[in-house]
Amino acid sequence: MAEHFRIAIIGSGPGGLSAGGRAAARDRESGASTPQHVLLEAYDLPAKTIQRYQLGKHVMAQPGYLDLRSDCRFEEGKREAILQSWSDDLEQLGVNVRYGCEVVGISGSKGEFRIDLARGEPLTAEHVVLAIGLEGNPRKLGVPGEDLARVQYHLEDPKAFSDETIVVVGAGDSAIENALGLAEQNKVIILNRRDEFSRAKEGNLMLVLSAISDPRREFSCLYGTSPKRVVETPNEAKPLLLTVETPEGEQDIACDRIIARLGAVPPRRFVEGIGIEFPNDKPTALPELSRQYESNVDGVYVVGSLAGYPLIKQAMNQGYDVVEFINGNDVEPADHPLLEYQFRALPYSRSVDDVIEMFQRRVPMFSELNALAFRELVIESNILVAYPDGELYKDAAAGVEELERSLAHLSPAPRTPRVIREGEVVFDVGEFGTSFFTIVDGEVRLEDPDTGLTNHLGRGQFFGELSLLSGRPRLERATAGPGCVLVETPRRTMLKLMNSNDEVRAGIDWMFVIRELQRSFAPHAAFKELGDIADRVTIRQYKAGDSVFSQGDSGECMYLVRSGAVKLLRRQGDREMLVAQVRSGELIGEMALMGDPIRRESAVAAVALEVIEIGRREFLELVDLGESKIEPLQQSVSRRVIENAVMAVRPETGSVVDFLMQEGLGEATNVLIIDADLCIGCDNCEKACAETHNGISRLDRESGPTFANVHIPVSCRHCEQPHCMKDCPPNAIHRSATGEVYIDDSCIGCGNCEANCPYDVIKMSYEAPGKPSLLSWLLFGRGTGPGEAEGFEPEPVAREKGKKAKKCDACVGVASGPACVTACPTGAALRIGPEQYIDLVGGRFS
Amino acid sequence: MIHQSLLKHAGGRYLWWSLALLALCLALFVTQGDRQPPNGGTWQGYVLGTIGALLIVWLSLLGVRKRSYRSTMGSVQGWVSAHVYLGTVLLVVGTLHSAAQMNWNVHTLAYVLMCVVILSGLFGAYFYLAYPRLLSRNRAGATREELFAELFELDRQGQEMAGYCDPEVQSAVKSAIQRTMVGGGPLQQLLGRDASKMTGAGGATEHNQDQQPVIDLVGRRVPRADKASEAANLQALVTLLCRRQTILRRLREDIRLQGWLKVWLYVHVPLTVALLGALAVHILTTFFYW
Repeated sequence: MAEHFRIAIIGSGPGGLSAGGRAAARDRESGASTPQHVLLEAYDLPAKTIQRYQLGKHVMAQPGYLDLRSDCRFEEGKREAILQSWSDDLEQLGVNVRYGCEVVGISGSKGEFRIDLARGEPLTAEHVVLAIGLEGNPRKLGVPGEDLARVQYHLEDPKAFSDETIVVVGAGDSAIENALGLAEQNKVIILNRRDEFSRAKEGNLMLVLSAISDPRREFSCLYGTSPKRVVETPNEAKPLLLTVETPEGEQDIACDRIIARLGAVPPRRFVEGIGIEFPNDKPTALPELSRQYESNVDGVYVVGSLAGYPLIKQAMNQGYDVVEFINGNDVEPADHPLLEYQFRALPYSRSVDDVIEMFQRRVPMFSELNALAFRELVIESNILVAYPDGELYKDAAAGVEELERSLAHLSPAPRTPRVIREGEVVFDVGEFGTSFFTIVDGEVRLEDPDTGLTNHLGRGQFFGELSLLSGRPRLERATAGPGCVLVETPRRTMLKLMNSNDEVRAGIDWMFVIRELQRSFAPHAAFKELGDIADRVTIRQYKAGDSVFSQGDSGECMYLVRSGAVKLLRRQGDREMLVAQVRSGELIGEMALMGDPIRRESAVAAVALEVIEIGRREFLELVDLGESKIEPLQQSVSRRVIENAVMAVRPETGSVVDFLMQEGLGEATNVLIIDADLCIGCDNCEKACAETHNGISRLDRESGPTFANVHIPVSCRHCEQPHCMKDCPPNAIHRSATGEVYIDDSCIGCGNCEANCPYDVIKMSYEAPGKPSLLSWLLFGRGTGPGEAEGFEPEPVAREKGKKAKKCDACVGVASGPACVTACPTGAALRIGPEQYIDLVGGRFS
Repeated sequence: MIHQSLLKHAGGRYLWWSLALLALCLALFVTQGDRQPPNGGTWQGYVLGTIGALLIVWLSLLGVRKRSYRSTMGSVQGWVSAHVYLGTVLLVVGTLHSAAQMNWNVHTLAYVLMCVVILSGLFGAYFYLAYPRLLSRNRAGATREELFAELFELDRQGQEMAGYCDPEVQSAVKSAIQRTMVGGGPLQQLLGRDASKMTGAGGATEHNQDQQPVIDLVGRRVPRADKASEAANLQALVTLLCRRQTILRRLREDIRLQGWLKVWLYVHVPLTVALLGALAVHILTTFFYW
């Protein structure tokens, strides 16, 4: 008979161990003689992901305003201290934890789940809590012998092995880094299934190729080769015999050890195997859950990052709550007070849960959303409440001020509502802002100063999707109307929601297309007519380098660039030259519908690109709807024809702009460009940067590509849709209204932004130590002088805090402007926007 | 064109300021001579001297402004532009103030120091304006670090290829690689001199300036090779040595140009400090004439 438990918790990360702690406490309270719960962990220690953090890593406890609710302890500190406190807690609380228990499948239903293990007898349980995170388990070799002790799937310290023959399987960065680390004191053979290292970073690629070609090193690579089987050979000189399949046939390799770095198997397939449904096939999709974290399979609960909560504290709170829910105690979640703060200024006298429910009911697009997801959306949003100017406004504003004072000791402080006056501008034309607004009460006026068009939006409608999807600054002015209550959701939260909910995505996409068509073609057309056309256009996505259309094709449609940038190239003789760069909000291929149908240029995506494809018929309908827009449209076409022709006869300009596009500046909004013909190499720009940013320079003048005299140093370009903002657990990266992307103090040092930035402009660094004053350096030569001290030794306090992400903030809020630019003695350094790329060379060659 | 040279900063604003100042000073100078010949002691002389002294103090403050990274007092480029124009005019202002009365005293010392500082500054301005273009053309998009990295890679490959050659070529190429000189003392850097050596035929140390002798030596061996594979290796070696020669030329030129961009400051800055001292003494002593 299988061992039976009331609650089986799978995964002993923060969520799982907190759930285990609570379940053990419940067992104690009920006086059960044997544990009613079990905590199953595949690894041999708790919290595998955190175990794998580098030694001594400082772990943050964000968000600071959220209280911890758990039987286990957790506070900001060193990795070792946290892991120690957790393993102590597991023991003291009497958690029934079983290590080395890999769960391979869960079947059955609530009350009688059967849990199959990789090794040992299956278990049964009434409830299952999945706390397995998103890291997944390492992908195994997939051949006989993959589980032998000398076949490893991770490597903590390459120095632990010496004088061995080691086969490293894999061609990604971790395989290369392991192989190079081991090769110092071992013979290394790297096994690459493909014919090249296509997934590796540039730096690693160079290192591995030069190591392979270096005859003095015992480092070789077998290309196009995959493992076939591994057997132990205890009587031979080498304990393992690996048989591989090479392009020339089978080959045997005697070795001491095999290290396979083949990435991780995402847990999705396992989760789906249980019967849990995902809303769509996107890799970022998360399962839908009830407010009590229960999945569509009754009795199976999901907590932690798999439920969409990436922070340790959130996961621990959920672990606690979920066990309480299972025990029939409908506790208020630990984040309940946060909603109370956010709702403080609302003109309703209702409970928090009632308000949430009312909000959701009022917004048709969100009404189908599950309650937990909507609640999460509101928690991460700002609430804006408008009152008529006067007593009402003063009272509400004073109330919020008092609330803020009482919360001021928390860092960062929890969100509080923003009280505004009726008639106040919510956002203005030209402001950078990518948040999304939903109207839950009252009215909002949207004005487009270009077309003079005004739209009045009411309860349940939304706005701000143009900037959300394109990354462009706001094109309209939004003004709060009478009694207006708004939910302002940050871009990151919105994207997460759109990726996991197709209806929300479709609703926002549809409205985006309607408003974009209205803006570009028919400002006075009714939404209904535009909606008919919007149903018939197609949104297309392209990767950088993909072709949208080619010169010489006959075109039957035009494209409105929704996000990203396009290069228009014209073939002359046997070379292609760039004649224009087109950015979001602009049209390409329109000439085919307004003149000659033969494409005069090729359109190629300069960066990741999304376009709205509009066919001839739809275009003609739009033209009929928007008579007034025809004249400007024709004017813009004729201007474009002339501009492209000018560029075509000045190929120098085109080639420089093409270079900028190739370096990814198609998605930049503010980029540092150095004129190499003026730069004397004094590095005053770097020094100025370090001196104005706590001793750490955020730019590297010398590195970065150069073409003709245009040098692009390694420095933030403040992308339209910043890659760094994609996955920041504490949401510490922001964009100011004037466009600068900056990191605030809540950075936890996880390094996601550094990894996500394709331009290598973010670095992880300790705080720099203080320096003697400028005068004492000038007069007495004390200290290293202005600029970042090379290879500085961080102070113990800084070391304790750990490395944090550092990036350029374009000196946001500094009166004199970017320090790198104002400090340049020769005028070589300038920060420019994309509209200035052509001027960069314009005068020089004319 | 967005980038502007420092001479054209703000439409050459400081050029016009300087010309106006020049006209004013000339006017002051020519109005002298009623009771005494032009010199520093007339009221015009005193005014010229005051203008000159204020200019000297303001010009020296560039060193402070350049390092005041939070300053809102205009861009450093603007300061440098004004520094160049007003500094040049100072030569005239100082000369008019002195009225060419030279002697072996502290006054003349101050004047001479001022002239040397301005002259070194003019050289500096020339280097700043002309050399960056030469530097970027010479490096052709690479950084100095990348050039060195390529050189080391070529060195490694060259040593390896030389290993397959006969002992004489082997010792010539290996010694040429080992005894290649880049940089060296200040003079060598500034003149781009090459003191590279190699072990030539017969084991004697020979000059290997610009790497040409070693290239010639290997080149001469190609037609005399015994085997086709040997000839192929020697040819590849010649190609490699020529590439190496180009990299070395670029590096030397880079070091030379960068050297000139910096070296004038070793005259300009210390002599400015000396000038400030001499100026202070000059001003103090003039009070004794009263």
